[in-house]
Amino acid sequence: MDIKENSVVIDIQNLKKSFGSMKVLDGVSLKLHEEENLVILGKSGSGKSVLIKCIVNLLTHDEGSIKVDEYELTDINEDDLVEVRKKTGFLFQGAALYDSMTVKENLMFALSRLDASFSSEEIDTKIVEVLENVGLPDAIDKMPSELSGGMKKRIGLARTLIVNPKIILYDEPTTGLDPITSNEISELINETKSKFKNSSIIISHDINCVKKVADRIAMLKDGKIYKEGQLEEFISDKDPYIQSFFK
Amino acid sequence: MPKKTTQLNNASSNILSFIPYIKEKSIQFFIDIANVLSYLKLVFRNFFTKKFEFEEFLKQCYQIGNKSVGLISITGIIVGLVLTIQSRPPLVEFGAVAMLPGMVAISIIREMGPVITALICAGKIGSSMGAELGSMRVSEQIDAMEVSNTNPINFLIIPRVLAATIMIPLLTLYADAIGIFGSWLGINIKDNVSLELFMNQAFSNVEFIDIIPAVIKSFFFGAVIGLVGCYKGYNAGRGTESVGIAANSAVVTASLLLIIVDLIAVQITDLL
Repeated sequence: MDIKENSVVIDIQNLKKSFGSMKVLDGVSLKLHEEENLVILGKSGSGKSVLIKCIVNLLTHDEGSIKVDEYELTDINEDDLVEVRKKTGFLFQGAALYDSMTVKENLMFALSRLDASFSSEEIDTKIVEVLENVGLPDAIDKMPSELSGGMKKRIGLARTLIVNPKIILYDEPTTGLDPITSNEISELINETKSKFKNSSIIISHDINCVKKVADRIAMLKDGKIYKEGQLEEFISDKDPYIQSFFK
Repeated sequence: MPKKTTQLNNASSNILSFIPYIKEKSIQFFIDIANVLSYLKLVFRNFFTKKFEFEEFLKQCYQIGNKSVGLISITGIIVGLVLTIQSRPPLVEFGAVAMLPGMVAISIIREMGPVITALICAGKIGSSMGAELGSMRVSEQIDAMEVSNTNPINFLIIPRVLAATIMIPLLTLYADAIGIFGSWLGINIKDNVSLELFMNQAFSNVEFIDIIPAVIKSFFFGAVIGLVGCYKGYNAGRGTESVGIAANSAVVTASLLLIIVDLIAVQITDLL
């Protein structure tokens, strides 16, 4: 894949984050380029989710710097943070749909909160459009409790896509799904990228998903980037730790 | 004799083993109070500096009223009935049965109405707030809200706390009215008193000084229920069991705090 080397959309330098005495991230440096799918691999508890939560300032980092486009997140002001969040969509592990709202209200909430300039007709059009994009146009009036795991993930992705983000952060998008649905979600990630030309960081343990979506892989171990490279480099690597993921 | 001594020693060691438990629970309770107060500061700051979610506030007012009104009606009528039936025999003995409506009305307005309404709401609303926000925390809905540029304190907490603060006094007044009606029913089990006469007798002894402090204290009760419920739910842990813990702990802490606030309110009213 042709990565535009000069167009870095996220630049993380020497990122450190601890919870009490436990160091979770201990000097992570990473770059995400325009129109690139970067997969972050690592065992549970290695700090993958913490890393992407730091990118949207859900967690504040202790040291280092995170730059999203032109915005530096260290000591960011509220107005700039709104801009960062407009640019950055986040698909949560369990989709995190609001239980008390219908699918339509979930999508409307995300759109109206991030951009109040749309009229109600425009919002309706965007909702129909985004639901068609994720292949669930009939789910518009359903409650989240009526949706299956895979449908929830799709609606979660629709909620992320509706604000047309430049960057999407996927937190374990295929976890807990059957192989067929998991495959569909991986394809949807690729379709989203080719259609909307966005960049993504995908946290995953699912090697089938990784093989389908990764343009580049970064492996986290002991709070640091253990290895970074293309899928083929990981597959051919003789390191037993790396091989334990690809076997 | 040695057997008795052993039994006594066992009993005293059992009692002593409770001391660290009570100490730990007391410390936790005071930590909770301190945390709720610092949470109150955050709620106040956001209330005055950020956008107020009026629609969500109205929704919460409806939810609180709608959820509690049935239970409060039943409890109110039973409290009025029981208070009347229990108080009647001693008053008959002293030949003061005519004072029964006034005495019951004052008891309900001053104490029973506010406290029972608050305790019911602590159970019903406090636990529901704790569980709802706790489950939103566990399923990352609160994080999703933040990513969607919505301050969760403003959207979730302030409307709930404010709705509880406003709705509990209204529910208290409703419980008072129902309780007094229950008292009329209680009197009519043995006597035959018209509702008009009963109301005249009941309210001839009630003054504004009986109603106002009770209403004011129920505002504080509402604030306590809303704050504790929201604080416990919002700060729930990550696992699913934390939802249950948050709901349970919201009820226990709020109920205990309500009794303390009531004690303080009674002392202040006494000075007036």
